Amino acid sequence: MSDALALYQATIVDHDRHPRNHGPLAGADRAATVDNPLCGDVVTIELRVDAGVVAAAAWTGRGCALARAAGSMLTVALAGLDATAAHARLDALEALVCAAPDAPVPDGLGELAAFAGVRRFASRRGCVLIAVRAARACLSG
Amino acid sequence: MEADARSDLAAWRAEVPALALRVRGQRLAYLDNAATTLMAQPVIDAVARVATHLPGNVHRGVHALAEAADAAFEGARATIARHLRARPDEVVLTSGTTAAINLVAHAWGRANLGPGDAVVVSALEHHANLVPWQAVCAERGATLRIAPIDDAGRIDLAALDALLDARVKLIAVAHLSNVVGTIAPIAAIAARAHAVGARLLVDGAQALPHLAIDVAALGCDFYACSGHKAYGPTGTGALWGRAELLAAMPPWQHGGEMVAAVEATRARYREAPARFEAGTPNICGVIGLAAALDHAAARDRAAVAAHEARLHARLRRDLAATPGVRVLGEPEAAVVAFTVAGVHPHDVATIVDQEGVCVRSGLHCAEPLHARLGVDASVRASLAYYNDDADVDALLAGLARVREVFA
Repeated sequence: MSDALALYQATIVDHDRHPRNHGPLAGADRAATVDNPLCGDVVTIELRVDAGVVAAAAWTGRGCALARAAGSMLTVALAGLDATAAHARLDALEALVCAAPDAPVPDGLGELAAFAGVRRFASRRGCVLIAVRAARACLSG
Repeated sequence: MEADARSDLAAWRAEVPALALRVRGQRLAYLDNAATTLMAQPVIDAVARVATHLPGNVHRGVHALAEAADAAFEGARATIARHLRARPDEVVLTSGTTAAINLVAHAWGRANLGPGDAVVVSALEHHANLVPWQAVCAERGATLRIAPIDDAGRIDLAALDALLDARVKLIAVAHLSNVVGTIAPIAAIAARAHAVGARLLVDGAQALPHLAIDVAALGCDFYACSGHKAYGPTGTGALWGRAELLAAMPPWQHGGEMVAAVEATRARYREAPARFEAGTPNICGVIGLAAALDHAAARDRAAVAAHEARLHARLRRDLAATPGVRVLGEPEAAVVAFTVAGVHPHDVATIVDQEGVCVRSGLHCAEPLHARLGVDASVRASLAYYNDDADVDALLAGLARVREVFA
């Protein structure tokens, strides 16, 4: 498999083409927007948190397939997690995309492991991290 | 392609060592020339010769190496001036187009712009010919007016006329657009500027490598350009300005080289162009730029122009015929920017990169232009004299891969 095909795994293309939880979130109690002025990409994450747990998550924005898929997959991954677990999941995704190209992929990432291909494309890490930073700001806000 | 053209191209390519690089294991198809160009061996040799044999500083020493550096540096200025059809004392050597435009914005702008005055730029400008004018207008209480473009990416001269009045002190436009690849009618814009008493600055960053530049014939008042976009080293460039304008401009940056006499609490400045060249310049780079312009002039200009025009026409035609591709505007030279329906430009660039194809993706430092064209971002393929049909073939094959990945 070429590096480009490894980058654009079926999971990522599917989330780009058919984004989950895309659109404004009814009853959202927190929101954060992060943009990349170099390329014009922007991702907004909205959360509804009940009793310390992410009860619902949604995203809006525009960007490349990686930015869109990250927004989509994170809203799926964060649902049901408390703040500590949600931060741990975001840290794990950031560590994954910033790791050396041949580093082992940690267990427990679920669908987010599809972003392992980004390790070979340092210039594209930021595309995934826009959604990570938006989600982090949201959890902290 | 005829045999003569093929042998010209083969000879041109053989002189550019970077073309032999393998990228992602593939043959390099370098189509990002509007970002920066590749140097030919004689240019690299000229830079290396300075590092090896001309290690002195300029404009300050009396020893042999200083004198030799001085002669070579001023010789390079004269060469650069000759290729702009200008006088050497009207050529300020800068780190590039951005520095040249900032020099005019700050030095000329501070002396000539005040409350109620206006500056006009076009809607297709690179940020380097927009943001300095935003900043200096805000600082001086002047207004920035934007001259609209049509859907082809050409400046609308009738709309420009409607913006011009006695308040306009300067018009600033790109000679060759770095996105839509259109060529501005500089002489016509100069006549309009001068009719209302305004000056015309031309951003020649993209034009220098592709068009013959004659600042007098263009009729502009300032011409800014970069060395690295014209097959020379990075960190070099020039500002040409009319002698009487440069003579009346205060310095922008202060320090060594630009002073005639310094006392503890005041200084007297040198004449232009030295007044605008504070600090040690990029000596290797400037001499390399002069070598690059000489080397370009030694190529058969008609053959280069015919080759670039043919390849550009093919690039534009084949991109326009590719499923899902929209070419932005109606490019006339060197550059073709485009979008691929449903696929972000960064994803396009990453996938074609796997085929060894270097293209630019994003906003190309022209965010307002993308907004005007109604696109979030674009892919840009840009040509140099050393590109060939195989480079265009590789891009088209890469776009077929894009369709496979995002089927």
